[in-house]
Amino acid sequence: MSSAPARLRDEAGRAIVQLRGVRRVFPNGTTALDGFDLTIEEGELLALLGPSGCGKSTLLRIIAGLERPDAGEVDVPMAGERGALGYVFQDAHLLPWRTVQKNVELPLELARVPAEERARAAREALDAVELSDALEAMPHELSGGMRMRVSIARALVTRPRLLLLDEPFAALDEITRQRLDERLRGLWAERSLTIVFVTHSIAEAAFLATRAIVMTRRPARVVLDHTVALPHERPGSLRGEASFAQQTALLYRALERGESLR
Amino acid sequence: MRGQVAVVAPPAVALVVVLVLAEVVVRLLEVPAFLVPPPSAVFATVMAERAALLAAMKTTAIAAVAGLGLSMGIGSLVGAVLASSRLVERAFYPYAVFLQTVPIVAIAPLLVLWFGPGTRAAAVSAFVVSVFPVIAGTLAGFRSVEPSLRDLFRLYRAGRIATLVKLELPSALPSMITGFRVAAGLSVIGAIVGEFVAGFSEGSAGLGITVLSAYRQLRTDLMFGAVLAASLLGLVLFAVVQGLGRALTRRRHRE
Repeated sequence: MSSAPARLRDEAGRAIVQLRGVRRVFPNGTTALDGFDLTIEEGELLALLGPSGCGKSTLLRIIAGLERPDAGEVDVPMAGERGALGYVFQDAHLLPWRTVQKNVELPLELARVPAEERARAAREALDAVELSDALEAMPHELSGGMRMRVSIARALVTRPRLLLLDEPFAALDEITRQRLDERLRGLWAERSLTIVFVTHSIAEAAFLATRAIVMTRRPARVVLDHTVALPHERPGSLRGEASFAQQTALLYRALERGESLR
Repeated sequence: MRGQVAVVAPPAVALVVVLVLAEVVVRLLEVPAFLVPPPSAVFATVMAERAALLAAMKTTAIAAVAGLGLSMGIGSLVGAVLASSRLVERAFYPYAVFLQTVPIVAIAPLLVLWFGPGTRAAAVSAFVVSVFPVIAGTLAGFRSVEPSLRDLFRLYRAGRIATLVKLELPSALPSMITGFRVAAGLSVIGAIVGEFVAGFSEGSAGLGITVLSAYRQLRTDLMFGAVLAASLLGLVLFAVVQGLGRALTRRRHRE
């Protein structure tokens, strides 16, 4: 990308996703995105927050290469590398005929990685989501939260550098959701991961993200691009503190503004 | 164990009650045996003719199983091809439906002309009657693949074969098995209709022939026996396919 604007950033802040003027119109004529710009830098934990149906998921799918924009440029240099990108869907979407371990091995199997190496990587990924005791379980024997953790392990098994999550915990109860948020934040800190996740929970966005982008209704535009002013270490108790409430209030106001904008 | 008794006992009792009632009514009203033979007479005939009935059952079973096998193989293949694109489906599915609406009795003579008399025509007849549910089941199964899982396979650049083997076939399996089960019952009907028209060439006659010759001799008791044998054959095929399906989807959650 020769015309890319020079960025005054160090190595850690390299742009790993760049969208310029992205437009996406669904076959039924609805415009999901129009003239959308977004730069994501390496090491960010970015929350995309907005009203439901605002085009957040479409944005994520475009970054993943699952959908093509009708206009504009999408530059995701790592998209060419197999396994550099992990994707977690709204529901766990495991293969019901495979054990937990075989589900997690799937991405490596499709890349023809030898069985032994696959098994080792799967166990390691399941370890990372604290599920190493359920290797032989079938998906239907697990709770919703456990299934989602298997789904995250499946996305982690290729050791991706970019992890995309589409409202991953929306269907889970509050306590499970908070635990998984904490685990996700931990994974991000432990590994050199860049994470982009779509959510409609303000508290989740504030707790997890280093940067939160609030979007308007369709066609989505950015109302607020905010660096979350919370410490790097985020224990669960942070949710009760004033600084946290301040961040959620700020995001809430932006979300409201986005709702009224048309 | 108690669960099995609860399943088996009510229909067994009902059967005994109906049989006893039929026996009493037929005898009281003195219905001629060539119209409705009493159950005891049918039972006696079945026992007396059991060797012949078993041989006929075997002949029909060969035709039905061959037809069912063809249906499962060809039907799955056709269903998978139809599922490969909307255009292909739109172009050919109407003809698959047409195949189902063709009255088998009307085309059976044609099958005899093409495939020769006997078991071969009966097998093809069984195939024609039973292939549609397999096509429909396979098509529905392939269509039921979760779109997000397709995305997942796309994301990890799965090839056509890998997607077929690791995603599409396992996803379609429950629906395919439903099609196989329906086809199992139909294949016996198809084989018997085929025998009606095709007669028999070599070896022993099938159940269709047994019914026809019993009819010509007004041996209604034997006709009932042959019908019972045909039902039994259908049940056995159904159970085998059912068991096969259970074994294949054993570890999944049952809906």
